[in-house]
Amino acid sequence: MNLDDIIQETKTYYCLECGKCSSLCPIARYDPQYSPRVMVENALLGLEDEIVYNKKLFSCLTCYTCQLKCPSDVDYPLFIQKARVLAAAAGQHGDYAHSGTLQSITKLVARSPLKQNRLEWLKKDGYRTSEKSDVMLFIGCSPYFEPVFEDIPVRTLNIAKASLKVLNSLGIEPLVHPDERCCGHDALWVGDVETFKKLAEHNAAIIKESGVKKVIFFCPEGYRTFKLDYPNYVKLDCEVMHISELLAQRLETEGLRFNPSPPVILREQSDRRISLRVNSVKRKVTYQDPCRLGRHLGIYDAPRKVLQAIPGIELVEMEHNREESICCGTSCFTNCDSYSKQIRVERLLEAKATGAETLITSCPKCQTHFRCAMVNKGEEKGPDIEIELMDLVNLVAMSLDIPFHIGD
Amino acid sequence: MAEFEPQIIAFCCNWCTYAAADLAGTSRVHYPANVKIVRVMCSGMVNPMYVLKAFEGGADGVLVAGCHLVDCHYIDGPVKCDTMFARLKKMVHVLGLEEERLRREMISTSEGVIFARVVEEMVEQLKKLGPSPFKIKMETLA
Repeated sequence: MNLDDIIQETKTYYCLECGKCSSLCPIARYDPQYSPRVMVENALLGLEDEIVYNKKLFSCLTCYTCQLKCPSDVDYPLFIQKARVLAAAAGQHGDYAHSGTLQSITKLVARSPLKQNRLEWLKKDGYRTSEKSDVMLFIGCSPYFEPVFEDIPVRTLNIAKASLKVLNSLGIEPLVHPDERCCGHDALWVGDVETFKKLAEHNAAIIKESGVKKVIFFCPEGYRTFKLDYPNYVKLDCEVMHISELLAQRLETEGLRFNPSPPVILREQSDRRISLRVNSVKRKVTYQDPCRLGRHLGIYDAPRKVLQAIPGIELVEMEHNREESICCGTSCFTNCDSYSKQIRVERLLEAKATGAETLITSCPKCQTHFRCAMVNKGEEKGPDIEIELMDLVNLVAMSLDIPFHIGD
Repeated sequence: MAEFEPQIIAFCCNWCTYAAADLAGTSRVHYPANVKIVRVMCSGMVNPMYVLKAFEGGADGVLVAGCHLVDCHYIDGPVKCDTMFARLKKMVHVLGLEEERLRREMISTSEGVIFARVVEEMVEQLKKLGPSPFKIKMETLA
């Protein structure tokens, strides 16, 4: 694929040079050297080297803010995705955060055969899983994130644990596959299509073999990759779903109720109407829309519905919410710099300004990035940006009295 | 078929272990040729990524060696290295590699013999374990 094909595929030639993208772009707000409009203009002028050998190509967050507002419907994130493939072929890459540890892990797990020890945590705490289930819970990278981000500290595995417990309380005993691999999201978005293909083929094969009909994700990146990217490379005949969608669906159609009651967990099952007795979690919270769940897939209401159904929760919105929500500042662990940090600090200040005690998100990576900003304070912003961070699933688990509530 | 010869990448600190390896050479101490030494300024600068990259490149085992706790040229390098190594071990464990493929040692300048012994032990151990699962199979190179 060359630059002309990319222009054709992403309809870049429709660009009016209006500059909406550059004025909305969270990176361009802080980094004067990065501009989506200039990037597109260079493409249309045929200046391939200006794009391929430009380190800023890897700064794009692929957060879809520009794409949603573009009056000409230019698919800029796809343009970036494909241009990065060109750049990777020319031996270019962004500045990997954490020295590239996570990229290395992705490449290593793409090699087969492999006997990962990713599910050791399953043996404790009485999780109910079933190999014959037609629902699968995709655990993704969380077992790897755990040691990598030990010092921040982020406990991504707690989100996996809470998801499993919540599914169990809904009466679902999902399959948790020991040989699932990284979904390949990061590999795809840094231009490493070869690794992505291998991972996609492997994951599609294990899903086909186990015969599951539905795959549930707690990570929006995995969800997006399975829903929008896998169909371009592999055949996948199963439904994919984010856990917040499942919870919202249950709230509506199957009579799932969050009933405030004394702290006793009780599951009553009669005529498929399940009633979950929950604790009232008295808390004022605000919600960060992850880009992949929000703008990429248009799921804004499901997590909010779940939040509002929990007794004691008061949801307040930040200044920028839903489509206008601001990304957490880094994507695919590439080009994380002082501009990313500024985005994070601004976003955390926005969250604090709502007066909420807790910032809820439903993406493990958002949580990692925000927590990192809080740990590496700098800029005298220390106490101003301290806020409790929690995943949506952890909050639900907390209200169900499952002891994996706090993110750390 | 020839016997399996493991490849070991050793990250050696400039001030102690690299000098120890040098001493082993000048003192004519024999040790297997399976080890490839990468000289780093301090064991504390070894990043998990270096080690993962070594496995990516086909190493069967990795040795991270530097000064003893009190000898560090940069005060607390070995402490940093130990912290890193503990995290690294967990990462490598999730990836499904045997713990024995990784080794952390403190070898001071005068301990050339110990360096030779550590390498010998590692080679023996790795021969028992067999090739790393991440090794790309080289098609018959003529």
